[in-house]
Amino acid sequence: MPLSSRHLLGLNGVPREDIELILDTAITFREVLDRPIKKVPTLQGKTIVNLFYENSTRTRISFELAQKRLSADTVNFSTSTSSTKKGETFKDTVRNIEAMKLDMIVVRHESAGVPLYLTKISNANIINAGDGLHEHPTQALLDMYSIKERLGKIEGLKVCIVGDVAHSRVALSNIFGLKTMGAQVSVCGPATMMPLGIEKLGVKVYHDINKAIAENDVLNVLRIQLERNAGSTIPSTREYHNYYGITAERIANYNKEIVILHPGPINRGVEITSEVADGPYQVILDQVTNGVAIRMAVLYLLGTMH
Amino acid sequence: MQIVLKNVLLINPDQKLNSKSSLLIEDGIIKKIGELEEKEIENCEVINCEGKIAAPGLFDMHVHLREPGREDEETIETGSNAAAAGGFTGIACMPNTSPDIDSAETVRFIIEKSKNHLVDVYPVGAATLGRKGEALAPINELVEAGIVAVSDDGVAIKNAAILRSVLEYCGMFDLPVIDHCEDPTLANGAMNGGLNSTLLGLHGIPTIAEDLIVMRDIMMAEFTGSRVHIAHISSAKSVEMVREAKKKGIKVTAEVAPHHFTFIDDQIKSYDTNYKMNPPLRTKTDLDEIIRGLKDGTIDCIASDHAPHSIEEKEMEFIYAPNGILGLETQLGIALSELVHKKVLTLEQLIEKLSINPRKILNLPVPKFEVGEAANLTIIDPDLVWTVDHSQFKSKSKNSPYDKRLLTGKSVAVINGKKIYMNGKFNNI
Ligand SMILES: [Zn+2]
Ligand SMILES: [Zn+2]
Repeated sequence: MPLSSRHLLGLNGVPREDIELILDTAITFREVLDRPIKKVPTLQGKTIVNLFYENSTRTRISFELAQKRLSADTVNFSTSTSSTKKGETFKDTVRNIEAMKLDMIVVRHESAGVPLYLTKISNANIINAGDGLHEHPTQALLDMYSIKERLGKIEGLKVCIVGDVAHSRVALSNIFGLKTMGAQVSVCGPATMMPLGIEKLGVKVYHDINKAIAENDVLNVLRIQLERNAGSTIPSTREYHNYYGITAERIANYNKEIVILHPGPINRGVEITSEVADGPYQVILDQVTNGVAIRMAVLYLLGTMH
Repeated sequence: MQIVLKNVLLINPDQKLNSKSSLLIEDGIIKKIGELEEKEIENCEVINCEGKIAAPGLFDMHVHLREPGREDEETIETGSNAAAAGGFTGIACMPNTSPDIDSAETVRFIIEKSKNHLVDVYPVGAATLGRKGEALAPINELVEAGIVAVSDDGVAIKNAAILRSVLEYCGMFDLPVIDHCEDPTLANGAMNGGLNSTLLGLHGIPTIAEDLIVMRDIMMAEFTGSRVHIAHISSAKSVEMVREAKKKGIKVTAEVAPHHFTFIDDQIKSYDTNYKMNPPLRTKTDLDEIIRGLKDGTIDCIASDHAPHSIEEKEMEFIYAPNGILGLETQLGIALSELVHKKVLTLEQLIEKLSINPRKILNLPVPKFEVGEAANLTIIDPDLVWTVDHSQFKSKSKNSPYDKRLLTGKSVAVINGKKIYMNGKFNNI
């Protein structure tokens, strides 16, 4: 059974069967990653370009590794948006790349909507690796995979996304994906970090981190962007840490198992302490490995569709 | 040369006129209104106007012509051609050109460049130097040179003390101050702020950014006794505030752009930059209140905010694409389709909002259907069904979300003095 779309632009509207298929397929590739020879010939002869208009070494490396493990040919095109604004337009760049006869494009861009636009001007399969504040579907898929790996299920779990939800594509993709999979999703953070209309998505909003810890099975802790937030949405990172930081003491108060995710990179001592980030409840390093497996699954499922 | 409009429905609410008649125009002057005998029309160019309306020439008080500065996007001539094609005999052009219209020299340049065209072009002067909101533009000089209003359009007059000065100063000339109402500190976004901006991952501009400035402007109009005109109103609350202000007798008027009574922010789901404008497309609640405001007269006029942009500029990533869409050549068709045929407005009310009220706001005479008056009129076929085709636009640009849209109602000819535009061509009569 193939996926219902030949692109992965986001998780909004993606059916449950598709998400399950990706998660199940990733289990196989996760096993491959534990073998001495971590390479399969699945996408041999396919050419994939990683079109990164925003600096994100982690995501790019994860995709690149996934592509190499699948034996695809990989081309990296990384550029800062400031230089493209002056020079070649985005459309021209894509036309040029398109002329190189490639099969898939993995795109990261500062502007929401760019992956959708790509589907209109290119014949390749498009995979969104993060567009503006919009979606980052492979991140949410690997988060769900990591939750399932640890807790055996997603359905019925209570998952809280903590931090600057308003400026997070990770949060939005997680909300869509988790809800589709039957989890109860909530968000926690100061009101200034909550996006407009969030309650209309059927998402509970907490402003009290202790309550969020008490009532949830999983915390997905977002990175606090020092440059963006201090002074405008929070008084200081110190105050944020004091009221919303995930600390061992806070968790200990509730004497329960809780799973801690973090999409990285971590600001230790701000949104999470080292004790928690390196402690028994975290799955943060698993997330990194699982990320490669999820991206292999997505690339494989899209790359072998026709 | 003589021209006859045969069996035309003459509508001019300003004259309380709504009757079928024939009109004889000679050398640009109305010579006779009423039954015309065969021999009277023997040597005339006769336009059969059965089923058509003649209205006082339509007027668009919010147009961006781009000249001087961005002649690659629009010139005074191509913009005027687009206006004629859209049924307008007069337009007011906004001052955000390069240089801004903040000197008498630039005002005279525009008037000079447009003087031989069918369409009358009236410059709107900048309220402040360089539209920076810091120092008054030489408003008295600009008035003498021929401006009909001032505005810093593109941005609000941000400094309240400067706004006060602008209003007090303009009060001496009964000159309206047109404000682009938007608090810049709340307006860092690419679409309306709300559930859709959250879902689409775009920074939102909430309606409060507009409402705050509308409230300030209304209070300032009351305080100074001068006239404020709210450009492109888009939020429900702002409409309500204007309604209340008018009840109190405060001198405030308002215009709406066709896209704000046609579309809502659901359109952005396509990330089509032809739906990116400022103020942004809002929600159904806002659209419904705008419709109410049009109906009850809170909103005085319809103005296109015609904003030409090159394809290269507009076909960009959504957050980088410039704001604004074309409007001159689709405005009448949209207004007839969305307002008259959907029974929101009567034809008379539409003509008030597209011709009479904008002229009155700008202190310009309203054309009359009267013997001895200069002919200044638009012939409209309200039932003509047509499809918008942006490749046929007279405008130099193509950025229109209405391309391929089916509309009902169109201008078939405009006459201004000794000039006529009909069947895609200008002629002297
Ligand atoms: Zn404006
Ligand atoms: Zn404007």
